[in-house]
Amino acid sequence: MAGTGKAHLRDDQNVLLRVEDLVVEFPIGRTGLKVNAVSGISFDVLKGETLGIVGESGCGKSTTGRAIMQLPSPTSGSIMFDGTELTTLSGEAMREARTKIQMIFQDPISSLNPRRNVRDIVLEPLSIWKRGTTAEQLAAVDKILEHVGIDPQRAAESKPHQFSGGQCQRISIARSLVLNPQMIICDEPVSALDVSVQAQVVNLLEDLKKQFELTLVFIAHDLAVVKNISDRIAVMYLGKICEVSSSDDLYRNPAHPYTDVLLSSIPVPDPTVAVKKVVVDGEPPSPVSPPAGCRFNPRCPNASDRCRSEEPTLREIEPDHFVACHHPLTGGEAPVSVHFK
Amino acid sequence: MTQTDLVRSELESLVETIDVKTHFKTPRGIARAVDGVSIQIRRGQSLGVVGESGSGKTVLSRSIMGLLPRNGVIREGSVRYRGQEIGNCSDKEMQSIWGREMAMIFQDPMTSLNPVMKVGKQISESLRKNLGMSANEALAVAEKLLHDVRIPEPARRLNQYPHELSGGMRQRVMIAIAMACGPNMLFADEPTTALDVTVQAQILELLSEQKRDRNMSLLLVTHNLGVVAGYTDEIAVMYGGKVVEKAPTKTLFANTKMPYTEALLSSIPRLDQPSHSRLTTIPGRPPDLVNPPKGCRFAPRCAYVRDLCLNEEPELEQADSPDHTYRCFYPVGSPEYLERRVELTRKGELVASEGSN
Ligand SMILES: Nc1ncnc2c1ncn2[C@@H]1O[C@H](COP(=O)(O)OP(=O)(O)OP(=O)(O)O)[C@@H](O)[C@H]1O
Ligand SMILES: Nc1ncnc2c1ncn2[C@@H]1O[C@H](COP(=O)(O)OP(=O)(O)OP(=O)(O)O)[C@@H](O)[C@H]1O
Ligand code: SF4
Ligand code: SF4
Ligand SMILES: [Mg+2]
Ligand SMILES: [Mg+2]
Repeated sequence: MAGTGKAHLRDDQNVLLRVEDLVVEFPIGRTGLKVNAVSGISFDVLKGETLGIVGESGCGKSTTGRAIMQLPSPTSGSIMFDGTELTTLSGEAMREARTKIQMIFQDPISSLNPRRNVRDIVLEPLSIWKRGTTAEQLAAVDKILEHVGIDPQRAAESKPHQFSGGQCQRISIARSLVLNPQMIICDEPVSALDVSVQAQVVNLLEDLKKQFELTLVFIAHDLAVVKNISDRIAVMYLGKICEVSSSDDLYRNPAHPYTDVLLSSIPVPDPTVAVKKVVVDGEPPSPVSPPAGCRFNPRCPNASDRCRSEEPTLREIEPDHFVACHHPLTGGEAPVSVHFK
Repeated sequence: MTQTDLVRSELESLVETIDVKTHFKTPRGIARAVDGVSIQIRRGQSLGVVGESGSGKTVLSRSIMGLLPRNGVIREGSVRYRGQEIGNCSDKEMQSIWGREMAMIFQDPMTSLNPVMKVGKQISESLRKNLGMSANEALAVAEKLLHDVRIPEPARRLNQYPHELSGGMRQRVMIAIAMACGPNMLFADEPTTALDVTVQAQILELLSEQKRDRNMSLLLVTHNLGVVAGYTDEIAVMYGGKVVEKAPTKTLFANTKMPYTEALLSSIPRLDQPSHSRLTTIPGRPPDLVNPPKGCRFAPRCAYVRDLCLNEEPELEQADSPDHTYRCFYPVGSPEYLERRVELTRKGELVASEGSN
């Protein structure tokens, strides 16, 4: 059976999160049809590592992030977090587990309660979970606010709309940190921010990651940002993973034709460099009825008959660099595989 | 070069603003959101308006479009469309301009789309109203427009509500709505900020195609100088409600004058840097528009600041390069700039990668 493969999963005692064969489908009304948002992907994240997930709008990045949190729980697949299988946890146990995995979102302002003051917003998780005395909670909150560069005094007096977008994102980050999570899933955390502020937030995440020994999953569409912050990157296309590699290697040696497209679409801040004609055209296919074989085949310049019938699986083309493609740009043709049905 | 200059100067401005001021009355005092901006956009030309959040980009676009709140606004200066003053037009008079003459792609697709109306209806309504199409005709055109902005399965999308679409798709619906009546002047307010790079590239390509084929003018608002580099003829950099540097795009990059423009450029993460490189940031925050700093508005954050900058506001200067203006006492390349740069580099406050050109 062709999934996207698991050759890239690591047998390492430091694995904090291991996702296997994750499938998320959304039924469409009573039509009997469904959106295949995520179709059998696997990946792992080591303690202290930053995994970047990139890919086109609608490819299933947010769905993947939310499925880890069981929001909602996936159609099928396994999610092992720190030795615990999350998909079979009871409601209460899952609520508890969610304190160890936090999520921050793209829209910093609307993800914060507009009616409460910022210090209370950051404190709320502590009071829900009754962590420490009120004085201890306040001390913890103020310390975290200092860490993210927000004046605690001002936080106590102000509501979210009185802060800028970048500051609101810092506040979301503070809130996600108070329960001392092991992992933070960042879903487009800087996409709504100015480049200048984006740089500040990326630097902040890097610093906090070291200080709090965090593991990050960083979802974004801006490859230049993802490249900067990630150790390892998974490229997604239409619910599948097409390439996994260390971030520097991915940029030096993209192997999947789709990765190449993504890379060449990045605007170069230099008007003397001619804008590259967009290399893919056509419509991204429907996740309701994805194409047979390789899901990228209708738009791929290298597509062959094999691509239209046989789904490629992830294989290692050089150390720690995996690609799911029959005819990659580097690493040679995929060996003809024997099918087991 | 001179030949093109000549041809260009002969082209009339489609849109022109002269010393436009848009101030808001707030509980804290008057916020000078746009504070004396003069720009011209010629037929078929594109102007990029770049600056940090709160610099006045959206308010400037809305001031030109006549889309400001009714109350609490103080407006000054002149806005001309095809040579005619439109700054004082009523909403009713603007009706004949909105949609067919000027259209706007708004920054936030979720709040500007009607959440309880199907996508198809939202697009076809304006076609029916402005171009007098029948319901069926309008729906057919709407489907084509969705196809043009590369929304997969356009026919199915017509019957969906905005919340059923991904963020990227909602933005493309906004673009389809703006393009519906074939405007001469399009304001695109951060049209690609929420989009992934492939779609961003496609949409910018799409907008420049429209610009070329229909000789449409385009005002492209963004906070990322990198995005507009390949798609604009001219760029205006805004800071604290003022245009602080304006030049033809190539000139702006090749011959940057404002330290602010330079700082904006160097905060863009670059693919050619190894991963985990420390990103260059601009310290501090944009100015309070109610109480802007007395001298240069960028002074509190500028690495090249001197006493003069704190006390006097720099006037608009003409650079050596044609059509290039800026507001700075010690521009990039000036002796004072170079002297300070040497000091900063010695103190290790400037990273080597922070390009000076
Ligand atoms: N609740 C839902 N009901 C139905 N379809 C959904 C739902 N949530 C997501 N989808 C669909 O699942 C697919 C994946 O969506 P997802 O939001 O995960 O994409 P994404 O990669 O995060 O995109 P973007 O970059 O636009 O945020 C899309 O086709 C989307 O329309
Ligand atoms: N209706 C209003 N009343 C009071 N102040 C306003 C109003 N609209 C905008 N402002 C203020 O005017 C300033 C400029 O806002 P504007 O929206 O033009 O910034 P921008 O450059 O578009 O920023 P962004 O990149 O965040 O969109 C801001 O300080 C904003 O708070
Ligand atoms: S498997 Fe075939 S269609 Fe898919 S990316 Fe590779 S070459 Fe292209
Ligand atoms: S005028 Fe002074 S403070 Fe303002 S940008 Fe120029 S050098 Fe910096
Ligand atoms: Mg998403
Ligand atoms: Mg704006």
